[in-house]
Amino acid sequence: MTGRGKRETLKDSAGKVLLEVQNLHATVEGREILRGVDLTVRAGEVHAIMGPNGSGKSTLAQVLAGHPAYVVTAGHVLYVTAGHVLYEGKDLLAMAPEERAREGVFLAFQYPVAIRGITNAYFLRAAVNAIRKYRGVEELGPVEFMDALEEKLKVIGWDSSYLSRPVNEGFSGGEKKRNEILQLAVLDPKLAILDETDSGLDIDAVKTVAQTVDKLRRPDNATVLVTHYNRILTHIEPDVVHVLAGGRIVKSGGKELALELEEKGYDWLREEATVA
Amino acid sequence: MTAVADRYLADFKTFSSNGAGSAPSWLKEIRERAMARFVELGFPTTKQEEWRFTSVAPIAGTAFTLAHGPRSPLPASAEVERVALGAGPRVVFVDGRYVAQLSTATNVLAGVRAGSLAGVIGAGPIGDLVREHLARHARWEESAFAALNTAFVADGAFVHVAAGVSLDRPLEVVYLSTGHVGLEGPVVSHPRTLIVVDRGAQAAVVETYAALAGGVYWTNAVTEAVVGEGARLELFRVQREGPESFQVATTHSRQERDSYLALHVVAVGAALARHDVSTVLDGAGAELILNGLYLLSGAQHADHHTVIDHAQPHCASHEFFNGVLAERAHGVFTGRIIVRPGAQRTDSKQTNNNLLLSTEARADSQPQLEIYADDVKCTHGSTVGPIDQNQLYYLRSRGLSPEAARSILTYGFGAEILDRMRHPDVRARLDRLVRERLGGG
Repeated sequence: MTGRGKRETLKDSAGKVLLEVQNLHATVEGREILRGVDLTVRAGEVHAIMGPNGSGKSTLAQVLAGHPAYVVTAGHVLYVTAGHVLYEGKDLLAMAPEERAREGVFLAFQYPVAIRGITNAYFLRAAVNAIRKYRGVEELGPVEFMDALEEKLKVIGWDSSYLSRPVNEGFSGGEKKRNEILQLAVLDPKLAILDETDSGLDIDAVKTVAQTVDKLRRPDNATVLVTHYNRILTHIEPDVVHVLAGGRIVKSGGKELALELEEKGYDWLREEATVA
Repeated sequence: MTAVADRYLADFKTFSSNGAGSAPSWLKEIRERAMARFVELGFPTTKQEEWRFTSVAPIAGTAFTLAHGPRSPLPASAEVERVALGAGPRVVFVDGRYVAQLSTATNVLAGVRAGSLAGVIGAGPIGDLVREHLARHARWEESAFAALNTAFVADGAFVHVAAGVSLDRPLEVVYLSTGHVGLEGPVVSHPRTLIVVDRGAQAAVVETYAALAGGVYWTNAVTEAVVGEGARLELFRVQREGPESFQVATTHSRQERDSYLALHVVAVGAALARHDVSTVLDGAGAELILNGLYLLSGAQHADHHTVIDHAQPHCASHEFFNGVLAERAHGVFTGRIIVRPGAQRTDSKQTNNNLLLSTEARADSQPQLEIYADDVKCTHGSTVGPIDQNQLYYLRSRGLSPEAARSILTYGFGAEILDRMRHPDVRARLDRLVRERLGGG
C-alpha cells in the first residue's frame, strides 16, 4: 500500500480521534431512527457501516452532515478540527451544515440534488471558494480552477463536457454518483461520508469510486462508507466494519465481518441483538 | 361608446389629418378599420377570461397623448449604448420616432435592410413587401391593443433579410422612452416592428424597449415576424421599461416549412406589463423555441400570454418560461398550445417555473392544451413555490452560506433561460442584466 510510508512520517495526525459519536439519538418526523449510536473514527482510517434497509445508516450520515429535517434528541458528536485533540473537539451538532463543510466534513449524497441553470463548473468553484475563503486562502478564478479540475476529472473518467451541464440535471443515476465523487476529489475533505455511493453502480463505476477514495486516503483524513453491499469493500480495505441495526451499532469488527455478512445476511445479528 | 374610446377616436382624427395623411391608401384603410375595431372592442376587463389576472384599468384611466418623437437635445449615444444589448448595427427610436443620428444600421450587408418603417412604406418594391406583410399577421381584429397600435401605425422598425443571406452580427432595434411628460400629460407610443427573413436566410435580431428616465408613459407595441422556408431567426425581446410605465405588446410570428425560430423574451421593467405572443407553425418541419424570463419585484405585474399554433405536421415547439418574483410582484403565465387536425407528429413541450422569493409574491400559471390530432407528443408542467429546501441544504453541505446558496438557486432560474440563447454577446449582456436585477448571484 502506497500510503504506508507517508503514514509513518505523519505520525502526529495518524491515529488521533477525528470523530467521536456518543449515544446519538435522532428522530425524523417524530419517529426515532437512531437509538444510541456510538462510533469512534481515527485519522487515517476507513470505516464501513453496513446494515439492513431501514437500520438508520442514511440517517446517521445525514445527521453528521446537518440535514435540518433530522432532530437529535440525545447524545453528542465531537469533531476534531485541525490542530486540536479530542477534549478540544468541536460540538459538530452545534455547527451549521456549511460550517461543517468548511471544517472538512463531506457527505456524498445517496440521492444527489439537481439544480437548474447552474453548471457543474460554477457550482464546484463556488463550493471550493467558499471553503478557501473560510480558511483564508485566496479564491480561485475560473481559469485557474479549470486547470486544477482537469486532473480530478481524469480520475473519475470524465471529460469537461460534464462541467458545462447543469448540476445533476438530466444525469443518470450513475452520473450523479460520479458527480458526488468528483466533488469529493475537488473538496478533499478531512472526513468523507459516502452514503451508498456504490448502490446502483456497475462494477467499473464501483471501482472508480473505490480508487478515488483510496487515492484521497491520507494519514490525516478518514472515510466512512455507508453501504449495503460488500462489493465496494473488495476494492477498498476497511479498517473497521460496523453493523448498524435498529438504530444502534450492534457489532464491529475487521474486514472479515463484511465477508461474514455477505454470507449470512443480517438476520443472525438481529437475533443476537435481541438476545443481548 | 365610452368616453375612453371617444378620446382615442378624437386623437385618431387629428393623427389622420396631420402627418399620417400622406400614407398610401391601403394603409389608411387598415388604420381606419383598426380604429373602428378598437372602438368596438374597447379596453379589456378582468371579466374576460384572457384578462382575468391583469387589470388594464390604470391604462384605460389615464389620458395619454400621442408621442411625437424626441425633443432636443437628443439622447447621447452613450445612453443608447448603456441600454443596448448587442455590439452590432442599431436602429434607434426615441418616443416612437426613428432617429437617424443614433442609428448605425445603414448598409449592413447586401441583401439586408434595417431601418425606419415610415421610410419604406410606399417606396417601390420594398413598399410592396411591407404592404404584403404589415398588419397581415398580427390579429388586430381580436385584440384591442393590437388594433389601437395598427390604427396609429406611423413608425417603427423594418428588417428584411433577403433569401439566402446570412447575417452573423445581431441587428438591434432600440425603442427608447424619455419619460417626458408634456403639458397635455403622459404620452403613449405605438411602435411597430416588421421582420421578414426570406427563404434560406439567417439572422439574429434584438428588440429592446428601455427608458432613459422614470415617469408615467405607455408603450403599446406590435411586432410581426415572418420566417421563410428553411430560414433561421433568433429574435430577442428585452423589456426594461421604466418603473412607473405601462407596456402592452403583441408579438406575432409565422413560420414556413423547415424554418427555425428562437424567440427569447426577457421582461424586467414596467409597473404593469402584458405581452401576448402568438406563433404559427405554418409549414411542415418548422421548429420553434419560445424561451422567456420575467424578473419582477416591488409591486410589478407582468402577464405573458402565449399561443403556439401547430397548423402543420412534423413541427416541434419547445416553450420554457421562468419567473422570479420578489416582494409583492405578480407574474402571470398562460401557455396555450393548439394542435390543428392534421398536424400529426407534433412534438410540443411546455414548462413554466416560478420562484417566489417572498410570501407576498404571487404567480399564476395556466397551461391550455387543445389537441385535435391523434399522433402527437405534448407535455407540459408548471411549478410555483419558494426556494427548494433540499437544494438549499445540498449547497450548504458544500460550504455555501444560506445567502450564497439562495442567490445561486435564484440565479439558476434565470441562467436556465439564458443558456438557450445562442448569440454569445447578447447572452452575455443579458446575463449581466439578470445578475444586476437579482443583486449578485
